[in-house]
Amino acid sequence: MTEELHDVRLTVNGSAYEIRVPARRLLSDALRHDLGLTGTHVGCEHGVCGACTILVDGSPMRSCLMVAVSAVDHEITTVEGLANPDGSLGAVQQAFVECHGLQCGFCTPGFLTTITAGLRENPTPTHEEARDMIAGNLCRCTGYQNIVKAVERAAEIGAGG
Amino acid sequence: MKPAPFDYRRPGTLAEAVAALAGEPNAKVLAGGQSLVPLLSMRLAAPAMLVDINGLPGLDTINVEEGGVRVGALARHAAVLASPDVRRVQPLVSLALANVAHATIRNRGTTVGSLVHADAAAEMPVVLTLLGGSLDVEGPAGRRTIPAGELFVGPLESSVHHDEIAVSAFFPALADGAGVAFEEIARRHGDYALVGAAALVDGDSVKVGYLSVSDVPTVVDLSGVPLDEMGEAALEHLEPAGDIHATADYRAQLVRVLTTRVVRSAYDHAEGRA
Ligand SMILES: Cc1cc2nc3c(=O)[nH]c(=O)nc-3n(C[C@H](O)[C@H](O)[C@H](O)COP(=O)(O)OP(=O)(O)OC[C@H]3O[C@@H](n4cnc5c(N)ncnc54)[C@H](O)[C@@H]3O)c2cc1C
Ligand code: FES
Ligand code: FES
Repeated sequence: MTEELHDVRLTVNGSAYEIRVPARRLLSDALRHDLGLTGTHVGCEHGVCGACTILVDGSPMRSCLMVAVSAVDHEITTVEGLANPDGSLGAVQQAFVECHGLQCGFCTPGFLTTITAGLRENPTPTHEEARDMIAGNLCRCTGYQNIVKAVERAAEIGAGG
Repeated sequence: MKPAPFDYRRPGTLAEAVAALAGEPNAKVLAGGQSLVPLLSMRLAAPAMLVDINGLPGLDTINVEEGGVRVGALARHAAVLASPDVRRVQPLVSLALANVAHATIRNRGTTVGSLVHADAAAEMPVVLTLLGGSLDVEGPAGRRTIPAGELFVGPLESSVHHDEIAVSAFFPALADGAGVAFEEIARRHGDYALVGAAALVDGDSVKVGYLSVSDVPTVVDLSGVPLDEMGEAALEHLEPAGDIHATADYRAQLVRVLTTRVVRSAYDHAEGRA
């Protein structure tokens, strides 16, 4: 049996893409394999680790828990879309550099997208709120302390600091 | 792992969706996918067809009605949690939803999907059962209302027929003078609970619903039992089991501790509203 292919139009980081994929293509795989946007990482593939987190209409969602065919009608932002228009690092990316918020970097794309959306919703998080913002993402390297610092630093940068 | 192949339909009307389900006995509804897609990827489920309801109009609603609040099939957990109407009419829904997974999962997962999924470790099935709510489903024979008491029939098994689509859930309002509370213990906030308890008190009536303790959401009537004996009394109706997350004894201990805590807190809530 040959598998039926679907024409899917995805809007990612402001650009429209047309792909032909089977219905079972996970959005994470569509981004990485079909679009070549390998910034989105895949760890557990069942929603637990958060490495694959992208923004769907601005809200963080697991790209491994969506099928690409179902992602039409949405504006998708991946980590590749977080840099400033001039190519310089976005506030959250800059804060990760300054605070050593990453080691191997595997988890980082998911943290960057999650925190970007989190700070949009709450630009001045308390320490507790900063911790809560990243509670759904796993990192096996950093021990999280520097990631929490990076959330707080990104909030400062966002406020003009 | 990757999902096995399946056919895919994305109907634009409820009638088409029901027809698609009726035409394929091994079809499944795709709502938020936050429970279904992991099952597909782990190949614990291999449906022949997915009927994606995300394109159906008018199902992402949250409406206050006489006597309660009605949540549509495409209302995401996050939207229900953020709704001031829900919090005002039935605060237990909001209290429990704050414990459902992490914000990222709540952005996509639906409250109705969680009810159909009927996981005894999930928060919302217990809440619906405790409150005596109901689920409206649409099938080839039309619409019917399933009371919560008849909805959860076994582990991960609800009485929604395979060719029916759940369109909305109804959570009854909190009566004047009544109080509610929700407590759970999880390894990390946002993880599935080791044990969770929801309480509804109204005068002398005390009811507590438990998650992650039995195969189905279980509500125990503890009216008339002294507060410090309630946990023990509840255990007579529950069957805590051991698994990799917790031993049966530990779960039983959590039932004792959480029962007292959640009932006390529900009484505080009732007093605060008086
Ligand atoms: C990492 C992680 C942690 C989680 N933690 C929790 C938690 O702590 N507590 C908790 O309660 N949940 C948790 N969940 C599950 C989450 O709440 C799901 O969103 C929810 O269980 C299912 O809703 P859904 O819309 O995603 O349904 P789907 O995954 O799309 O569907 C689930 C099942 O219900 C059926 N279904 C869904 N909607 C309908 C409908 N309208 N009509 C007929 N059938 C339907 C589907 O066919 C499928 O069988 C977690 C999920 C993940 C990935
Ligand atoms: S890869 Fe998606 S959450 Fe782990
Ligand atoms: S930096 Fe290695 S997993 Fe987070």
